[in-house]
Amino acid sequence: MVAILYLISALLFIFALRGLSHPESSRMGNIFGVIGMVIAVFTTLMFKSVLSYYEIGAAILIGGAIGSFIALRIEMTALPQLVAAFHSLVGLAAVFVAAAAFYDPVAFSIGKVGSIKTASLVEMSIGTFIGAITFSGSVLAFGKLQGTISGKPIVFKFQHLINALIFLLIIFLIVLFVINQSPTIFWTIVIVSILLGFLVVIPIGGADMPVVVSMLNSYSGWAACGIGFTLSNNLLIITGALVGASGAILSYIMSKGMNRSIINVVLGGFGGEQDTSAIKDNSDKIVKQGNAEDAAYIMKNADSVIIVPGYGMAVAQAQHALREMGDILKKEGIEVRYAIHPVAGRMPGHMNVLLAEANVPYEEVLELDEINHDFPMTEVSFVIGANDVTNPAAKTDESSPIFGMPILDVEKSQSVLFVKRSMATGYSGVDNELFYRDNTTMLFGDAKKMCEDIVKSLSA
Amino acid sequence: MEAHSSEVFVIGLTVFFLACIIGYYVVWSVTPALHSPLMGVTNAISSVIIVGAILAAGPQGFDTSKIFGLIGVVLASVNIFGGFLVTYRMLSMFKKKTKKTKEKE
Repeated sequence: MVAILYLISALLFIFALRGLSHPESSRMGNIFGVIGMVIAVFTTLMFKSVLSYYEIGAAILIGGAIGSFIALRIEMTALPQLVAAFHSLVGLAAVFVAAAAFYDPVAFSIGKVGSIKTASLVEMSIGTFIGAITFSGSVLAFGKLQGTISGKPIVFKFQHLINALIFLLIIFLIVLFVINQSPTIFWTIVIVSILLGFLVVIPIGGADMPVVVSMLNSYSGWAACGIGFTLSNNLLIITGALVGASGAILSYIMSKGMNRSIINVVLGGFGGEQDTSAIKDNSDKIVKQGNAEDAAYIMKNADSVIIVPGYGMAVAQAQHALREMGDILKKEGIEVRYAIHPVAGRMPGHMNVLLAEANVPYEEVLELDEINHDFPMTEVSFVIGANDVTNPAAKTDESSPIFGMPILDVEKSQSVLFVKRSMATGYSGVDNELFYRDNTTMLFGDAKKMCEDIVKSLSA
Repeated sequence: MEAHSSEVFVIGLTVFFLACIIGYYVVWSVTPALHSPLMGVTNAISSVIIVGAILAAGPQGFDTSKIFGLIGVVLASVNIFGGFLVTYRMLSMFKKKTKKTKEKE
């Protein structure tokens, strides 16, 4: 009976993910997920060995209250941090469950204290290891996304060698743990893994965070899998594998969006300031500057406008003002669409959520391969808070660090409007030649303020 | 007993690989626009680890393992409620927009 209920729960989780193939079916999917979780929890509560309902109930209420409070209050711009924080909790929970299984193996029927089955010990320590890495890696990712810790990659000598040695040390500790089952070694594994988690994320820069967040998502799944093996629980194994696969695919999509291998991202050190000296001096080139009125004029006289939002839009919280601008243009009979680059924002799909929050209909929001061939037929590209993802150097300049990265072909539209705070380069540190083209107008200023000003000029 | 436990492991491994394959196909079918909600949902369901925490917290009395279990239950609950709710919030924004656009103004 228990196995069947767990199976139903696992199937509901699969349907929950399946529902996300379309916005219309997605809400039902989320409900499936909730039902699956309720079934899983109640099935476990029915176990004969589970007697302390009050304590467990209280623990669920405390956790649930905290989780609900955070989830209902969080700003959508802060989603990446939230997700990173949540991942850290999954990792930590995995460590605690593994520890509990180690201290009370009878409750999980995996042996007795001091004589736990070897297989269970291996599985337990792997679960602990992945859980602890997920925990500390996510904490650090959270800090970088939140801005508590500098987003700059921190690189030092022999970094990868040190990480590799620590990894070997952990394997050695696991072997030792399996042999003597000592609590000291168990906690040493936890501590060393936490350290490794920090060291793995430290060299990765702020804008590579979409990959890191996805990777940690994946790890949290594998941690659940590890615990699933320890407890011989198929539900945990299936769910862990689903989550692990999901995170892995998202990491793959994100790295692909930057034309970099996952290995390259993980090794880190990309971005930051090291190559500022290599930038060609463009100070003699002329940049055409404009203001909100110019932008309003240009767009008002166009037939079609494609808006390209980037992380800068999220930072400036400009999505609502931007949507208002889009609405006015639409009323004028202008076709307005939004183009999303896969790595725009700080987590996969972040821009889509922000635009949806601002009430932009999702039919108007298109992915790179859906809209890229439309740029030549478009009069105005309105780039707001994005830079590298539009840089033609990715196609032409083989020496450029972003060479090969798929870009949105805004250069092919008749004119380009760039909303930017300054002439500063993007995350990659590469100058964007588009800024100097005749058909480009730079609109310097805060993204939100600029959109509001354009709205004013449009309605005037 | 040993033979039995290795059999259990192989069954677990079978389930694991099949689930990975299902995960692979299901996740590729997720539309890129919903990748953030996908992370929200996977975050919530990965906290199914609460099952293990409940088992640890189950026995009466108080010992180390029970305390660890209860902490695990709290942490996983934060995630379950938080994950599903934040996903719910995200997904309710992806509704078809008809007359609703006026409300904000």
